[in-house]
Amino acid sequence: MKLEIGQIFIRDIQFDAVSRIENNILYVNTQELKALLLEDEHLASVDFEIAKPGEKTRIIPVKDVIEPRVKVEGGGGIFPGVLAKVEAVGSGRTNVLKGAAVVTTGRIVGFQEGIIDMSGPGADYTPFSKLNNLVLICETVDGLKQHAHEKVVRFAGLKTAAYLGRLAKELVADEVKTYETPSVKEGMLKYPDLPRVAYVLMLQSQGLLHDTYVYGVDMKQSLTTMLYPTELMDGAIISGNCVSACDKNTTYHHLNNPVVEDLFAKHGTELNFVGVIITNENVYLADKERSSDWTAKLVELLGVDGVVISQEGFGNPDTDLIMNCKKIEAKGVKTVIITDEYAGRDGASQSLADADASADAVVTGGNANMVIELPPMERIIGHKEAADVIAGGFDGSLKEDGSIVAELQVITGATNELGFNKLSAR
Amino acid sequence: MVKEIERAGLPVVHICTVVPISLTVGANRIVPAVAIPHPLGNPSLTPAEEKEIRSKLVDKALIALSTEVTDQTVFEMS
Amino acid sequence: MAKIRVVHYINQFFAQIGGEEKADHKPEAREGFVGPGMAFNAAFGDKAEIVATVICGDSYFNENLETATKEVLSMISSYKPDLVIAGPAFNAGRYGMACGTVAAAVKEQLGIPAVTGMYIENPGADGFKTKVHIIATKNSAAGMKDAVAAMVPFALKLVSGEKIGSSAEEGYIPNGIRVNFFEEKRGSERAVDMLLKKLKGEPYVTEFPMPDFDRVPPNKAIKDITKAKIALVTSGGIVPKGNPDHIESSSASKYGKYDINGITDLTEATYETAHGGYDPVYANLDADRVLPVDVLREYETQGKIGSLHRYFYTTVGNGTSVANSKAYALAIGKELVADGVDAVILTST
Repeated sequence: MKLEIGQIFIRDIQFDAVSRIENNILYVNTQELKALLLEDEHLASVDFEIAKPGEKTRIIPVKDVIEPRVKVEGGGGIFPGVLAKVEAVGSGRTNVLKGAAVVTTGRIVGFQEGIIDMSGPGADYTPFSKLNNLVLICETVDGLKQHAHEKVVRFAGLKTAAYLGRLAKELVADEVKTYETPSVKEGMLKYPDLPRVAYVLMLQSQGLLHDTYVYGVDMKQSLTTMLYPTELMDGAIISGNCVSACDKNTTYHHLNNPVVEDLFAKHGTELNFVGVIITNENVYLADKERSSDWTAKLVELLGVDGVVISQEGFGNPDTDLIMNCKKIEAKGVKTVIITDEYAGRDGASQSLADADASADAVVTGGNANMVIELPPMERIIGHKEAADVIAGGFDGSLKEDGSIVAELQVITGATNELGFNKLSAR
Repeated sequence: MVKEIERAGLPVVHICTVVPISLTVGANRIVPAVAIPHPLGNPSLTPAEEKEIRSKLVDKALIALSTEVTDQTVFEMS
Repeated sequence: MAKIRVVHYINQFFAQIGGEEKADHKPEAREGFVGPGMAFNAAFGDKAEIVATVICGDSYFNENLETATKEVLSMISSYKPDLVIAGPAFNAGRYGMACGTVAAAVKEQLGIPAVTGMYIENPGADGFKTKVHIIATKNSAAGMKDAVAAMVPFALKLVSGEKIGSSAEEGYIPNGIRVNFFEEKRGSERAVDMLLKKLKGEPYVTEFPMPDFDRVPPNKAIKDITKAKIALVTSGGIVPKGNPDHIESSSASKYGKYDINGITDLTEATYETAHGGYDPVYANLDADRVLPVDVLREYETQGKIGSLHRYFYTTVGNGTSVANSKAYALAIGKELVADGVDAVILTST
């Protein structure tokens, strides 16, 4: 399967009477977009703000971040099974608004939402401070239960990303990258001497604000299965917003999965990247056992030499991670796991909830308990009082002057376990 | 948690869903629970059925507390 | 600015007094640098100066640990140093123990910054890495040049009170304190590189070595459960509605203790969860799903248990460090024992 990613570099976003992309500037007609979003009767209001790198701007509480994309050639559409009809994606040509993102905020749904600072010390920890963000402030109608509330905002974000993506359908890309995955047989014939590597992508699937959808399927209801890496790039996996903000994989992360990217970078030269195994992190122990058994079976069936395993979240998912690692190593396949740590504010505590000697190659995204001070910002998009209740915040996190003292947990994407960032710990 | 209370001299039974974590952190008497968001319940059942499950889990926990163990022991539901 | 005053601790061998036959050499102090001190002094340049060197035989030190430490410490403090350097000991075991003991004692008892250096497999490294910074060195004195190059800037940083970075940046042997820092490459690329090394059988360094968990032997079983006073404890964050003590949804800084005297059922109107790590809807609708107060209250009435303890204890396990959980459990355990509780049911989500 072969996919070309056409990148259109976006260097600015502006509101304008006509939505379009011109000279690498994204113009948005908010009236038109608003009308489209308000077709959802559960959405009471939606407002738009633009947040650019370097601004003294804070977005809180952040629910999801999404990169606008559009299918130019090949089957299916972006976010298949969710916005587009169910049809296999991952081949042909996709255009991407590189450097732009849609960020959703609005009244808090649950503890797991986060903060994006566009400048200052907090900005160093989130990749989204480097993007031109169109921020949606979504407020739902009264009386909506949490599950429904989450869904309404999730869809508003996805629809906006698709709307913006469509503006790039006819554009000539600034840069084109090509990704190709041969079949198992072709790959073996083509690269007989290279180690064969698969990627085990663990997806949160624990209920409200902990869900992930694959082609529209709630991952908690799925068995471990496989995807072509390029399917991710077309939005086969979307985030239902999960866990602490620091180690949730936003939809943006899934679209730009760094393990996929870095395995492709060495594909055909140092390794043979066979494919992506996706598995869940459920709340029932039997599910954990079954899913990790399945992961190990698929790894064995593919006959690969090594796997990279990435986690999402922390706590009980540490067990899913360790089960996957242990069972795959027991098949004689080498593993490297990517996780993050909860080592206490002083860094002296036990980092993971579970452990096993077979997990002898670990990459860490850093200690999420580290305390950080975020200075006051001139502009707050969203609801600043959320700072006291989101995971990583505490009573009094929000100071009178608008500064926030909280754990790194509060920053969206800070200790990402796909290895999206350079942050680590020793 | 469970270990420190045990260290204080009290027998502890740990009712939890993720038994491997309980084993890793060193609980000695473990009763496997239903699911993480509802260890002693199951919202898909009727309230009466749910209560019955909860009673059975508590019964098992009381049995665990009344049973001498020398090592980490998981008291599976029959 | 006056130069930083440094005292250097070395053994009889590096002082060129002699080898094993002189290992019982008693502590002595000499003005200025001796042996490897020359290289340190040169590296300190105009920032610091070795004002004295304290020398002790390795056997003497280890066989007379207490008195030797006292003697060495008093010699060191008499020179009023701003900084103490011990060793490096490379892979010499007794020298490593001596360097670790001296450096740790200087830090703890004299309150003066101290640093030592040794090879990771030196028994002194395992014994003292959590007490004092030990710069990782090669396994023999052939690594002296590198050791000096690593120890000098680190020692100066210690004296200046600058923030100490992670072990990977600073070169000390990991001491169990996890410190965040920015790597050169992103995590995914590091993972792919690590996997390729592992596949080729080349050496690689895990970023997080797996821990050992300690164990507590099980306590005696309850002889007659129908007479026992049972307490409920949960890490599932069940709290009275409105979370009156504002227990955090993640990384909780406190635990809650709540009176359930006379309460027969936890309802949607009265209790909820403060836990941020799981879907809260089910626990919010009926907190008995996490904390089985309803069943135990019935059992109390029916005589199946002696009694249900008047208070339940609650914490949020989510993202809460093990050290904090431990501290809470310690306090909770003490109270439960004092209150005459016989056994505990702990529920986790």
